[in-house]
Amino acid sequence: MLRFELKDHYRENRVVNDRLIFAAIFAGILFVVIMMRLTMLQVFEYEHFNALSDRNRVDFEPLAPQRGLIYDRNGVVLAENIPVFSLELVPEKVTDLDATLQELKLLLVMTDDDVAEIKQQIKHQRRFRAVVVRQRLTEQEVARFSVNRHRFPGLEVVGRLVRHYPHGALFAHTIGYVGRINQKDQQRIDEKSYKGTQYIGKTGVERFYEDTLHGQVGHRQIETNVQGRMVREIMNSPSVPGQDLFLHLDINLQRVAAEALGEFNGSVIALDPRTGGVLAIVSKPDFNPNEFVTGISRKSYALLRDSLDRPLFDRSLRGHYPPGSTLKPFVALAGLELGVVDESSSTFCPGWYTLPGKDDHRYRCWKKHGHGKVDFITAISQSCDVYFYDLANAMGIDRLHGFLDLFGFGRRTGIDIPSESRGLSPSREWKKRVRNQVWFPGETLISGIGQGFNQMTPIQLAHATATLAMRGESMRPRVVRAIRSSGQTELKLLPVERLGTLPIIDSKNWQATIDAMVEVVHGKRGTARKVGKDLNFIVAGKTGTAQVFGIKQDEKYDADNLDKKLHDHALFIAFAPADDPEFVVVVVAENGGGGSKTAAPIARKMIEQYFGVVPNE
Amino acid sequence: MSETLIDWKNPQRFSLTKVLRIIHIDALLLFGLLVLLGVGLMVLYSAGDQSTALIIRQLVRLGTAFFVLLVLANIHPDRMRDSSYILYGMGLILLVAVLVFGHEGKGAQRWLDLGFFRFQPSELMKLAVPLLVARYLAEYPLPPTVWRLIIGLIMIILPSLLIAKQPDLGTALLIASSGLIVVFLSGISWRIILGFITVCAAALPVLWYVMHDYQRQRVLTFINPESDPLGAGYHIIQSKIAIGSGGLFGRGWLEGTQSHLAFLPERSTDFIFAVIAEEFGLVGVGLLLILYLLVAARGIYIASQAQTSFARLLAGSISITFLVYVFVNVGMVTGLLPVVGVPLPLISYGGTSMVTLLAGFGILMSIHTHRRMMSS
Repeated sequence: MLRFELKDHYRENRVVNDRLIFAAIFAGILFVVIMMRLTMLQVFEYEHFNALSDRNRVDFEPLAPQRGLIYDRNGVVLAENIPVFSLELVPEKVTDLDATLQELKLLLVMTDDDVAEIKQQIKHQRRFRAVVVRQRLTEQEVARFSVNRHRFPGLEVVGRLVRHYPHGALFAHTIGYVGRINQKDQQRIDEKSYKGTQYIGKTGVERFYEDTLHGQVGHRQIETNVQGRMVREIMNSPSVPGQDLFLHLDINLQRVAAEALGEFNGSVIALDPRTGGVLAIVSKPDFNPNEFVTGISRKSYALLRDSLDRPLFDRSLRGHYPPGSTLKPFVALAGLELGVVDESSSTFCPGWYTLPGKDDHRYRCWKKHGHGKVDFITAISQSCDVYFYDLANAMGIDRLHGFLDLFGFGRRTGIDIPSESRGLSPSREWKKRVRNQVWFPGETLISGIGQGFNQMTPIQLAHATATLAMRGESMRPRVVRAIRSSGQTELKLLPVERLGTLPIIDSKNWQATIDAMVEVVHGKRGTARKVGKDLNFIVAGKTGTAQVFGIKQDEKYDADNLDKKLHDHALFIAFAPADDPEFVVVVVAENGGGGSKTAAPIARKMIEQYFGVVPNE
Repeated sequence: MSETLIDWKNPQRFSLTKVLRIIHIDALLLFGLLVLLGVGLMVLYSAGDQSTALIIRQLVRLGTAFFVLLVLANIHPDRMRDSSYILYGMGLILLVAVLVFGHEGKGAQRWLDLGFFRFQPSELMKLAVPLLVARYLAEYPLPPTVWRLIIGLIMIILPSLLIAKQPDLGTALLIASSGLIVVFLSGISWRIILGFITVCAAALPVLWYVMHDYQRQRVLTFINPESDPLGAGYHIIQSKIAIGSGGLFGRGWLEGTQSHLAFLPERSTDFIFAVIAEEFGLVGVGLLLILYLLVAARGIYIASQAQTSFARLLAGSISITFLVYVFVNVGMVTGLLPVVGVPLPLISYGGTSMVTLLAGFGILMSIHTHRRMMSS
């Protein structure tokens, strides 16, 4: 169909223009719709999206505080933080992971297990987060790696502050050590304040003063990009370093204690009775606490744990020893105070004692043929057992226990080191409760000479000796003397904790007991007369020999034929000067034989060191 | 050419208006474009992490694009009409060539490597389709007969299908719409329009089956972006966060955190609107949209003043398509529409689309500035 139409320009123009106007109006409507949408997003939902936006970009990063240092009373550092080098790998910077690990295996002598573990770690972390390949590189390893460095892109030797105990084993039990926070630790800490912290005090002062040493965690608010990588720092509230501790301990005295104890297992403790300050405290055998810091190997740990000598065991605070004759001054004081004996009354020692009406069982004195007539002073200075059997028998276990309790036997001293043991001061009630047995009179006798059920920790003995030296004034033993906050030079001295004064009616009784102890050291026939030789001040002391092995009736103790483990423990307690005491020392040498032979010379060395006596030999 | 560049009687007076008239440039349109492009460079500087290299590359492209604009503005609309079949035919051949030898980029074959430069034939079609449809429909009195309408629709559908096959659904739809706008402007009856919309709605389920997986993913993500927050929904969630956190006045230029910290993907290209919204707030994007409307309004005015139906239809289509680009991009970035790869005109970083856009404005200027000469 052929159609010819004249083009009607006006009509056509109107048609198109109408449509243009329509399109323009439609565009206007769309504009309004979009503006409404934008208003909704940017005005009504602004808060919501702004919060999301902040969460998108802001990340909190904890800043671990630097752990406080520990010094001795002279300012010698006992625990410090030193840089330790570890080899770290950033996965995203390594081109061929498998090849790199194989080469590292040869270079650092790693096992297949090590490599597998590293691979596992890499899998579970962000690609730009470093993974530790090897903790605690030795200097050799650092050197070996540095030489080959160019072959290992993405690997770096990183220095980090790690706890270090420069004197190694010397303070192992007292200061303790820190270790990685484990699940058990997590229950006793506030997770928030330990964010970023890797180590926590596990034992000793490190544990007891954890809150003081740790410091306050800081925070860093960082802007991150979509991968969580830091772009810029927004806010930084720095961490507050932990406070430094200044101990009563004197490193020189500690060294002497450790050397004097030598090969013996046991404990040496020195106290300042006026403050309760622990001047030296050694437990042997010991161990190197540094091994525990970055994780001790399974093998080394097993070796320490399974050793028969139990080096991890703190004998000073947890070792249970029969006090033996070192208990006698306390029993004697009880006798005076309770009016059972007086300074002038005496007992005859034939070398043995029998309970009235029970002649068949002889309680022997250490001196086989007896001391003869023994008065108060001799009883202590020559440590006559018969005198104390008689005294104990007259006093009875109830009164004896009650009096010893005043000195803290059988109770924790509350020293500022955790895991202290209670010891045991036996009583009728205790035996009924624990053993469900009645108390036998014979048990009172052997309690009177510090044997039998008596179990005391060296720190208890030291604390009781200090109380005796101070004539009844009791101070809680303390290791930490002062605290220093970070950035300050002034020390904040911790207050002396006075536990109270013992209710002794007649103060002359103190003097009588102490006089007897002076006789032990300075008397012609005193059991520790070597200790007092050539001193220009007066020392009061008491030897003790604690039986480990029960000897049958009519049998003789023969050291040569006994296993070393069954040898008697050697003990010695002393304080000086006797009339104005400032130094208390307690020595327990396991299986050391006699107190006067083994323990007293150790105490003498301590006294020499403390008072600056030059041994004249 | 009775006017001269320099008034010799008064040589100090240099007339910019005269210059522009001689080189066939529409001053108002040019001004609007320059403002938008200026804003675009400013935002791009921020979105591109303050890289001057990026800005320089964009400026080089702008130079090329303005050259094309100038060339087209000086070609008489009748010459364009004459060459419409050739351009369209060339475009079709190139589209087929792309499907056969094309270069792959981001999972789609869109590029044709011509050795010295890479070329997207679909960009040519953006102009060739409205050009040809406008010519075809305007040959006879408007509104067109049903027969002519069907032929016109085939002209539109053919290249659209080829482009959709690349696959580039977004561009295919935009090219189809630029042709359909011509049809709409030609005055076809509302009944046909409504019928067409109904058929399209009915065809949607069919479309679902021919769509590629990634396209379906986009639609699903559009319906519920939170269903896959780190995968396909990530774009739209981050984009909404960036826009929403801009608030009324924005964080300020260069202060946008979502974009600078790389939370916002494709921030210098398709999602640049979110950067603007974050840094300049509701007020800023409102002003920007008004600017777009003003530029489009000038185009629509030019269309209404055109002296032939062909020019009228072409100018109208170019102006309205320009707005469609804006609305589709903003709709996508604000979560009103599914994510289709459509850049924000004149602002997004990118080469060929910039050239095509300014070429379109060159045509508009040509139509407007050649008027009087035609009547004289």
